[in-house]
Amino acid sequence: MSELYDIIIVGGGPAGLAAGIYGSRSRLKTVILQKGSPGGQAATTEELENYPGFPRGTKGPELMKAMADHAISFGTEILNEEVVDLDLDGEIKVVKTRSGKEYQSKIVILAPGASPRTLNIKGEQEFRGKGVSYCATCDADFFEDLDVVVVGNGDAAIEEAIYLTKFAETVTIIVIHDEGILDCNKVSAEKAFANPKIKWVWNSVLEEIQGDGIVERVLIKNIKTGEISELETNGVFFFVGTVPNTEFLKGKVKLDDRGYIITNDKMETSVPGVYAAGDARVKYLRQVITAASDGAIAAFAAEKYLAEEETFKEQVLKAEKPVMVAFWSPQVEESIAAIAKLESIAGKFGESVKLVKVDTYRNQRVASRYGIKEIPSLLLFNRGEAIAKIAGSLNEEMIVPYLNALITTE
Amino acid sequence: MIEVDKTNFEDEVLKAEGLVVVDFWSPKCEPCKELMPHVAKLAEKYQGKAKFCKLDTAANRRLAISQKVLGLPTIAFYKNGEKVAELTQEVTVEDVEAKLNELV
Ligand SMILES: Cc1cc2nc3c(=O)[nH]c(=O)nc-3n(C[C@H](O)[C@H](O)[C@H](O)COP(=O)(O)OP(=O)(O)OC[C@H]3O[C@@H](n4cnc5c(N)ncnc54)[C@H](O)[C@@H]3O)c2cc1C
Repeated sequence: MSELYDIIIVGGGPAGLAAGIYGSRSRLKTVILQKGSPGGQAATTEELENYPGFPRGTKGPELMKAMADHAISFGTEILNEEVVDLDLDGEIKVVKTRSGKEYQSKIVILAPGASPRTLNIKGEQEFRGKGVSYCATCDADFFEDLDVVVVGNGDAAIEEAIYLTKFAETVTIIVIHDEGILDCNKVSAEKAFANPKIKWVWNSVLEEIQGDGIVERVLIKNIKTGEISELETNGVFFFVGTVPNTEFLKGKVKLDDRGYIITNDKMETSVPGVYAAGDARVKYLRQVITAASDGAIAAFAAEKYLAEEETFKEQVLKAEKPVMVAFWSPQVEESIAAIAKLESIAGKFGESVKLVKVDTYRNQRVASRYGIKEIPSLLLFNRGEAIAKIAGSLNEEMIVPYLNALITTE
Repeated sequence: MIEVDKTNFEDEVLKAEGLVVVDFWSPKCEPCKELMPHVAKLAEKYQGKAKFCKLDTAANRRLAISQKVLGLPTIAFYKNGEKVAELTQEVTVEDVEAKLNELV
């Protein structure tokens, strides 16, 4: 078992690294568990677009190295570990890795990102690493002066195809749409149309990849005519979207039916103390900037959570004397009056009773943990245990007998 | 690990007797650079049982393709000059060692 961390981050892409920066900067003991080297998908693209302040020409691997160095400079540990199992239910979370180690923490931030989607075309699996690739940066230099095919026509596909023209002799893009229609942004589309090394096959899908040990040709099917044509090529690059790396999270946190982690806008998952960030969660735009943003929010929310939990523990659960925990909200007039009443009651008991106020507008977690539905409500604690709940309008006659009983049994 | 290229691949690998492990890598391949030190440790551990080589595919593209290597990282196992097994992409050092134990 490891020492106790404040925050364990699973995944060291932009989401995990940003969470690391925010976490360790708040002086929380923060570790990133990352399978292989950090950087994520962003480190697999040479031409990184759209990250503000880093115009065209910024290289993905370089930006990600800078993010990792930034996190490390504030004290984030980055360990080469693949997470295979987690126990998230308790107050202390346990994270298990393929190497057989166990790490424990108070908070877990899940940032496992996504992997390239496969189409399971005939030959796709067989020729993986034999001409079939999902990463231009990794494999482009093999294809100097050779011919390659790109499948897909979104931002990633077209931008990676343009990058491939720096190496390959020709880059043939297979597009399912009518001539001239691409799913990518206009700037990249115009750049691609103007590139003499790029050739287009419209209204078509890849049917099969063939070869003897390595890719030698592909079969392309025209979806309008049903006609199948053969094209000689040395490589096939797939950029047809991604799937979340959340297989290991099934049954641990709530996922949607496509496997993305469900969070609220504080990045809280269905499990208290567990957050998610980046491409692996349900969201609208999957880019480096939104991944980093998620990571920042998750770590910030986690810090607040830890502080609130710590305060509650100190003031209520570890208290030596009876504690009245009052749940109120600035929007509920009645609860403000109730607080005043409780203050006066507490005053009468002097040192022997303590009053702790929980603003449910800011902190709903404690309220929901104790099943508080009505505001105002009062919970009486003795030696860390909730022994009575009084919901709705609070009056002295109801509360005082309880307190008297508690104090006399001391 | 022995550095092999087009000038010595034939002698060191294809004409070699026994088990030869070739780590195909390139300076641009981050996963390759991550894996290599672990493979180097295996080279020490299995000294005398297998020969370990590394081949920079960026500088020896044609040679790599002639060995039907078109993706990185690739770890290829040769026995008496013939390729008998290969691991490619998402390779872990555990996979490499398991394959080694199968072949030595
Ligand atoms: C080819 C391509 C080009 C792109 N181009 C751009 C672009 O130009 N601009 C842009 O803004 N965005 C671009 N994107 C999108 C961008 O890369 C992603 O949105 C971003 O990287 C998501 O970050 P993330 O941290 O959520 O996940 P990822 O980047 O996927 O990182 C997740 C990390 O977690 C690790 N991991 C997963 N499971 C585990 C586990 N069980 N244990 C340990 N570690 C684990 C993975 O190895 C990975 O390193 C591109 C994506 C691709 C594929």
